[in-house]
Amino acid sequence: MGGLNRRDFLKLLGLGTAGVLGVPVAASAAAGIPPVAFGYHRLVAAKETRSICAYCGCGCGLIVYSKNNLVVSTEGDPDHPINEGALCPKGASMSDINTIVADNYARVPNARRADKVLYRAPGGTEWQVKDWDWALDQIAQRVKDTRDAAFEEKDAKGVTVNRTQAIALLGSASLDTEENYVIHKMLRSLGVINIDHHARL
Amino acid sequence: MTNHFIDYRNSDVVMMIGSNSAECHPMAMRWIERGRQTRGTKLIVVDPRFTKSAAVADVYAPLRPGTDIAFLLGMMNYAIENSLYQKEYVVSFTNASYLLHPDFSLEDGLFSGFAKSADGKASYTTATWNYQKDGDAIKKDPTLEDPNCVFQFLKRHVARYDASTVSKITGTPESVYRQVCETFCSSGKPDKAGNVLYAMGITQHTYGSQNVRAIAMLQLLLGNIGIAGGGVNAQRGESNVQGSTDMAMLFHLLPGYLGMVDATKHTKFQDYIDKETPKTSYWSNTPKFFVSQLKAWYGAKATKANDYCFNWLPKLDGVDHSHVAIYQDMAAGKIKGMFAWGQNPLVGGPTVDAERKATENLNWLVVVDVFETETAAFWKRPGASPANIKTEVFLLPAGFSYEKEGTVTNSGRWVQYRWKAVDPPGDAKSDLWIADRLFKAVRKKYEAGGKFPDPILNMVWNYDHAGEDEPDIGKVALELNGYTVADGKALSTFGALTDDGKTACGCWIYAGYWAVDPELKVVGCKRRSLVDKSGLGLYPKWSFAWPVNRRIVYNRCAADPAGKPWDASRALHSWDGAKWVSNDVADFNATVSPDKTATGPFIMVPELQGRLFGAAYGIKAGALKEGPVPEHYEPMESPVTNLASKQQTNPMVLRRKGAFDKVAATASPEYPYVLTTYRLIEHYQSGAVTRNSPWLVELMPEVFVEMSQALAAQLNVNTGDTVEVSTARGQVRCKACVTPGISPLVINGREVEIVGMPWHWGYQGLGSGESANVLTVSIGDANTQIPEYKACICNVRKA
Repeated sequence: MGGLNRRDFLKLLGLGTAGVLGVPVAASAAAGIPPVAFGYHRLVAAKETRSICAYCGCGCGLIVYSKNNLVVSTEGDPDHPINEGALCPKGASMSDINTIVADNYARVPNARRADKVLYRAPGGTEWQVKDWDWALDQIAQRVKDTRDAAFEEKDAKGVTVNRTQAIALLGSASLDTEENYVIHKMLRSLGVINIDHHARL
Repeated sequence: MTNHFIDYRNSDVVMMIGSNSAECHPMAMRWIERGRQTRGTKLIVVDPRFTKSAAVADVYAPLRPGTDIAFLLGMMNYAIENSLYQKEYVVSFTNASYLLHPDFSLEDGLFSGFAKSADGKASYTTATWNYQKDGDAIKKDPTLEDPNCVFQFLKRHVARYDASTVSKITGTPESVYRQVCETFCSSGKPDKAGNVLYAMGITQHTYGSQNVRAIAMLQLLLGNIGIAGGGVNAQRGESNVQGSTDMAMLFHLLPGYLGMVDATKHTKFQDYIDKETPKTSYWSNTPKFFVSQLKAWYGAKATKANDYCFNWLPKLDGVDHSHVAIYQDMAAGKIKGMFAWGQNPLVGGPTVDAERKATENLNWLVVVDVFETETAAFWKRPGASPANIKTEVFLLPAGFSYEKEGTVTNSGRWVQYRWKAVDPPGDAKSDLWIADRLFKAVRKKYEAGGKFPDPILNMVWNYDHAGEDEPDIGKVALELNGYTVADGKALSTFGALTDDGKTACGCWIYAGYWAVDPELKVVGCKRRSLVDKSGLGLYPKWSFAWPVNRRIVYNRCAADPAGKPWDASRALHSWDGAKWVSNDVADFNATVSPDKTATGPFIMVPELQGRLFGAAYGIKAGALKEGPVPEHYEPMESPVTNLASKQQTNPMVLRRKGAFDKVAATASPEYPYVLTTYRLIEHYQSGAVTRNSPWLVELMPEVFVEMSQALAAQLNVNTGDTVEVSTARGQVRCKACVTPGISPLVINGREVEIVGMPWHWGYQGLGSGESANVLTVSIGDANTQIPEYKACICNVRKA
């Protein structure tokens, strides 16, 4: 790393790092730095949020730029000690999961995202759109019915086991730690013992 | 990882085996390159394919998939034969001097105690896999000359793996192999640091655990564990596979690596305490971790009188409930309902066609994900008739990483906070919200009655955020971190945990991650200070590293028994005659003189010393199912017979049933080539997310099979031609990629062709294609049941 990090650079330009309004080109020239316009669009009026890449286990820092509740760009966090601003192709394209580039170069929501609660009935050939209340109630009922029908209070030797073997969960190494923790608690409260996730895949 | 990514720059030599960091962990390459610029770090890459990592290596060694044990044991042989191991480290910090049971033996691939029942079931009695005792004390010979000592056994064991034999098994040319040995074993000098990086290329074998043990043994011999620039560094493939494993998204564990309660071992609370708590090692605190966890879960209901609600936990039944077992039980109709929560098993699972078929047996399936995955859409997959599939499917839309907040733990154990940038689109919600609402919906059902409702009705679940739709992540984090029950204050270390119900802690190793840093005024995981007084890139005030913000574990080993750093330029701790001067959080009692800790640096094992022999000694013993030390076996499917012994495959593997047990015969003429699977930089795992990114799909649009120029010529195939790849489990069609990056290897005088396929594709998404996992084997490691994805045999023909 040189002596000048990104934050210093922005300070030199007379800018803060959040909610930047306009790039004073003259100021950068005065500071002896060539006037630059790159990054202008994502910096202007964009909210900066610090994040960590969603992909491999390196833990690279990201800056997510957003406007109007949509991600407009992501870039490597230059202040992050692991990646020092660099990103691989996956990390560099993380904005695509929220918005993608349309034909007119504008960013529009990624229409492929799952953004509705969907239900497929037995033998059904299509998804049906549902609301959360309906789905949560229906799933809770199935969890209860399945659990209670197969609940084992004691095993063949008479040991108290309080488990169900009729429900399984394949969880995720992409979820946050806190999310995994509460999901684990929920499963054990139900007596679930069929649990696995990406550690084996 | 024992160390962390930035620390790679402190290595003199790095060996990457079973990992292609340039594609799968790109930032690893940044720090190897930094080391190269600043201290001349040498990089060795061992891989069946000439990968992007190999392209920048100082030494590239090809090897046949599944032969890592022979490769690694041969390196130990080289180190011992040429006296390149670090003797003082070995004598002081490992069990090299321990005397072994006189009847312990290894003959023709089987250790003493092996038996086979009438129905063919293999088992070991491990009585001889142990040390000689003199009362309570283990007998030792610090000269390492007693023929029964671990060191002498190891010397005899690895002598069978001389360079010529290793070359015949692995296909690595002998001259290249010697170059690897010489280059890496140079790190056996006390002031040199060698680093081994690995990933799924090591673990996804029927002896994956023994592969890892072999790496650890090599690193112990060379004095490379517990030092800056050294380590056994497992590079994790997902942003939070460390954190999710810490949280035990696994059948056999509770959060913090506490063993799951099992009816075959723990009928009562006291059984659990007695059988899970070793007399020595930091695990002797297990009752504090376990009781505090029960206290965090069941709150005021958990009292000493009711064993802290011990019976509210379900108990295992002594058998496997991992991924493949789950699908086998689904195929048998035993599992009726399933959640695929942020995972896409119907691309990622082994023998995946059989898993897709088994899924049809479910009554209901709930998929929680950011896109409509192959798993969610299994009922309309190619060849399926939806009308005949009775499974009800719910697809719950989830927020992506930057659409919510919380922490992820990287491979180096850094627990880093992610702030929220935007709301999830449409009706999508964070997984925390979904879990919270789902639990509440289930609880509501049980308020009206049901089987054994107590744990559901009484589980501590108070994550509401007044006035907000989203649960309060801070409340979850505090519970996870741990607090004193009396005042709810966050604990700053697990040293404060008690076994009397006065502390509550969801996961002991996370204690401190949510405690406020007195100087920076933020909780540990939100820290962003680049202070690094050590100059070693430890960054102690950047995020929080579990345990207790320790950046390099087992770090007592960084100094000699007298407390002098092996290398002053990489000092982690130094005894100045009156006190320790430390750069990292000590992994030992740093308030006492060095002699007091000189023989106990490995604080998590009952011996307190590194295990060159995994004895069946104590609770949390080192013995693995198939032996106390690694021995070479062939993969379940192999083109050759085992050259090391008459025992062709790991005798302790768990065979599966039906479609999940299909394997081809050794050297089957139907399947003449070795197949390995791998990942690419442009895609992530099953591709559920990245195959919906237009940029990434444009960069890497479709599945292919890599083959050598010689094989392509033989099959009359050119790059871009469609070929069919088949195994005993199925066949897929894809394009051929003919490359000089793969060459046939000479195995015991015969040329064997290797082909490789990335496994990211499936029938959904913007970019779709056939799944390599249709071809892979479901049989797994005898200890962990991780499937043998990395080696099987196949045929390839022009389609």
